[in-house]
Amino acid sequence: MASVTMTVNGKSVTATIDPRMLLSSFLREHLRLTGTHVGCDTSQCGACVVHVDGRAIKSCTALAISLDGAQVTTIEGLAADGHLHPMQEAFREHHGLQCGFCTPGMIMSAVDIVNRKGAMLDEHTIREELEGNICRCTGYHNIVKAVAAGAQAMAATKVAAE
Amino acid sequence: MYAFNYQRPKTVRQAAGLLAKAGGDGKLLAGGQTLLPTMKQRLASPAMLIDLNQVDGMSGIELKGRNLHIGAMTKHADVANSHVVKTAIPGLAALAEGIGDPAVRNRGTIGGSIANNDPAADYPAACLGLGATIVTNKRKIPADEFFTGMFDTALEEGEIVTKVIFPVPQKAAYEKFPNPASRYAMVGVFVGKKGSDVRVAVTGAGANGVFRLPEFEAALKTRFNAKSLDGLSVPADGLNGDIHASPEYRAHLIGVMAKRAVSKALGK
Repeated sequence: MASVTMTVNGKSVTATIDPRMLLSSFLREHLRLTGTHVGCDTSQCGACVVHVDGRAIKSCTALAISLDGAQVTTIEGLAADGHLHPMQEAFREHHGLQCGFCTPGMIMSAVDIVNRKGAMLDEHTIREELEGNICRCTGYHNIVKAVAAGAQAMAATKVAAE
Repeated sequence: MYAFNYQRPKTVRQAAGLLAKAGGDGKLLAGGQTLLPTMKQRLASPAMLIDLNQVDGMSGIELKGRNLHIGAMTKHADVANSHVVKTAIPGLAALAEGIGDPAVRNRGTIGGSIANNDPAADYPAACLGLGATIVTNKRKIPADEFFTGMFDTALEEGEIVTKVIFPVPQKAAYEKFPNPASRYAMVGVFVGKKGSDVRVAVTGAGANGVFRLPEFEAALKTRFNAKSLDGLSVPADGLNGDIHASPEYRAHLIGVMAKRAVSKALGK
């Protein structure tokens, strides 16, 4: 057993864990943040994507112990003051989900795409960038629409905040 | 995943000491994008896992004269997005941008990729195609001597890759035909031209991992143009065959990818 301290959704957490514990298990089983899903557990599907130090990673393919001192944001950390994050709102508005299992990872990846590539995303870019996220229901069409709209909404929210 | 003894050294020297102490039972953890899935499947079960993520000075990108230095712990995403890499060796930045998917690129490292020497990995082709030098805690190893076979390298026990030095070429490009599911290269060809020297390196195809194509190199030295490769072929002997592609298909793809890479290097 070993000790790890990280900041998850703005709160500092310290725990003594088995070094084998994956970040996904740490979030779900230790912190009870079950919004982060485990789909394939083989780094293919992207349902487990969270942000670590501002970058999207697959939490099923990172050891929690290795992320000592990291800042982690999960799907639970996106909404603020009782309002959905613009990307979450866009997925709702554009019906970018059916069963919803992949949605937390899709949204975390989508926010990361906007952080890296800006708000003006064409369809090709979105589809390429969503390479590491798999959805078995939607056929992706509405997800792509939601990401494009969410990206613009994120930019508009940023402007409004300034 | 089987239990292991976890260590988090702060320096390369400490890491090397731990690795030596572990004997053959120690593994270094860099980005973990291959090692952790392998451990989860119980295909690897190191007794000691030595995490390099808190070791200082192992990542970063720097142009020194006509050489590009990339720290072993530098993430694929950082190579892909680096202004320095995009300016000095755009083909290398493009290669990094094509590895795995965005989340994998945010964790995976260049040092981890080459030390693993997966026969379908992208970076080994760049190292061989650019004539890179692999720097370890003990010595400098030319890429030509580093990749010794499938999942095998010249690294000795207790040896840790600390950085990779790429000579800046005049022209270079990488083309790969990715497996549609895994995105690993079914065939990837890296072409580099520096002065009168031309290198052509192939990944994804060889049963013994990455290799060079002397015949293609000779033809391109005469004239660096895709047409120079007309009529040249690669024997299927010694190439991988699996459910995705036969050795013959891969042999054909090598020619196609090589031509595309040359055209891309020429900006066509």
